[in-house]
Amino acid sequence: MIAFVLTRLMQSAVVVLAMSIIVFVGVYAIGNPIDVLIDPGANQAQRQALIERYGLDQPLWRQYFGFLANVAKGDLGTSMVYNVSVTQLVFSRLPATLELVLVSITIATVLGVPLGIWAGYRPDSLSGRAIMALSILGFSVPTFWIGMLLIMTFAVNLGWLPSGGRGPVGSIFGIPTSLATPQGWAHVILPAVNLSLFKMGLMIRLTRAGMVEAMRADYVKFARAQGLREREVVFGHVLRNISIPLVTVFGLELGSTIAFAVVTESVFNWPGVGKLIIDSILQLDRPVMVSYLVMVVILFVMINLVVDLVYARLDPRVRLKGGE
Amino acid sequence: MSAPSETTRRQQIAEFWQDYRRSPVALAALAVIVVLLALAFGSAWVSPQNPYDMAALDWSDAFKRPGTVGSGGYTHWLGTDNAGRDMLSAILYGLKTSFLIGLSAGALALTIGIAVGLSAAYFGGRLEAVLMRIVDLQLSMPAILLALVMVAMLGQGIGQIILALVVAQYAYFARTTHGAATVERRKDYVEAARSTPLPAHRVLFRHLLPNVMPPLIVVATVQVAGAIALEATLSFLGVGLPLTEPSLGSLISNGFRYIHTDRVWLSIYPGIALMITVVAINLVGDQVRTVLDPRQRR
Repeated sequence: MIAFVLTRLMQSAVVVLAMSIIVFVGVYAIGNPIDVLIDPGANQAQRQALIERYGLDQPLWRQYFGFLANVAKGDLGTSMVYNVSVTQLVFSRLPATLELVLVSITIATVLGVPLGIWAGYRPDSLSGRAIMALSILGFSVPTFWIGMLLIMTFAVNLGWLPSGGRGPVGSIFGIPTSLATPQGWAHVILPAVNLSLFKMGLMIRLTRAGMVEAMRADYVKFARAQGLREREVVFGHVLRNISIPLVTVFGLELGSTIAFAVVTESVFNWPGVGKLIIDSILQLDRPVMVSYLVMVVILFVMINLVVDLVYARLDPRVRLKGGE
Repeated sequence: MSAPSETTRRQQIAEFWQDYRRSPVALAALAVIVVLLALAFGSAWVSPQNPYDMAALDWSDAFKRPGTVGSGGYTHWLGTDNAGRDMLSAILYGLKTSFLIGLSAGALALTIGIAVGLSAAYFGGRLEAVLMRIVDLQLSMPAILLALVMVAMLGQGIGQIILALVVAQYAYFARTTHGAATVERRKDYVEAARSTPLPAHRVLFRHLLPNVMPPLIVVATVQVAGAIALEATLSFLGVGLPLTEPSLGSLISNGFRYIHTDRVWLSIYPGIALMITVVAINLVGDQVRTVLDPRQRR
């Protein structure tokens, strides 16, 4: 087991390092960031001073190692647009994204799992088929377009909810969040629903597939033969058995929802990290781009590592095969 | 089995069609795609105006409601945008761009994916371990994230977007090819072909490849829809195609600026066109999967 953990840790570290090189070189090698930053009227001396300040006169490999050395110290560089440290910038935006992701995953689970249970319990009924059709729509229609329709319907036409931005921020247990105020909830509901639809489609499909398979299993027959009521069979036995893969996917999807928030945050003008990365790409704010991308890659590698290790703990076959 | 004669191929296609047309929804979806493809690639002849010929645009035509007659003397069935562009024409031109990008990204990703997956399965060993590890890693990240990495590196434009989509999507083809080819590789016909002095590429492409095609066709349809949706998303976010390039995403992005006014036709119609396209392709893909996957046959 220890050998397996060490191999996987090493592999993850290599992946993160390789991705950071690709992103860093790719982002810095193309174009010259100084052209965007500098006032066209600036003289040569001012220009030179700025280039030296950002270390852009150094060769690329030296810039990269400088970047790595700074990262090791916890310094991800300074945003060229906002002129504050990237760490500070990302952490000031992170709570907004996390609360959005949290609410939308909750919606996806609370609605998706029961719908999937029903669709799997009665797969050939009209309602079961309608639920599946809905999940296909949630899967295939682009998120930004649904978000736009939500704004048009609920904000512009009906005027029930605000069309974008984050509401007033209150505090729960010392954590600043807009979930502490009614106005904040009004702001979060549309973007959260928008972000949840894709995950909901996924949850419905997974739960349904698990249900259909489980309902044919022997233990269901025995439970029924015992004289248990259908509700007890479904919720006491079947749900318990299909919940393990559901929880796994839930964990895996947490990371991808953060990545997907990029779209929803842009549509709803939500001031989270997703909006930050799009703005930084548009404004060629390279330190922010590189740091965000590398941070998200680290997040994904870590999630995968944890899932791998948990599986290896549960299933010895993975350990044997994975040692290669 | 390895190199089917012309008649069996034709028989297979006939059988496939027999099964496919059992679903009326899938038939309708296929018809929709054919019509959309014809309209998109015939847009230069079908549409009333070339929406990207600046000389043909008239500022006095800006923001015409759907159904009004403009200075050109013809009806703007879907209205005009802020530059006086006929929306119907713009959507047809945009559809063409979306199809071109989706199809070429899909074809490129398919080719690269097949090459990676086949060589990993055929040669095995270290090559397989390294290639499939990279593929798994990419699959664990959402396509939009990989596309954003590429866009951040390459900048904007049609070529850059196609490349970003290929990088984001080839892994799906590679995994499917590898999975199917690993199963096929152990079968006798491949063993037999390998023991003859045939060169590796001939065994790979003439014997192995035809037998791993069915699952790849399913993945390909879904991925083309995915590519079209992803391109639209990137263009909508402003990091894909610039507004001067006619794409459904950039049209919707332009219309989004007027979402708080009553000029909803600027964003609604290109959005509907995008939705119909993506859903139709997915419905076709779903039926193809049902037909080709024997487990789902009743």
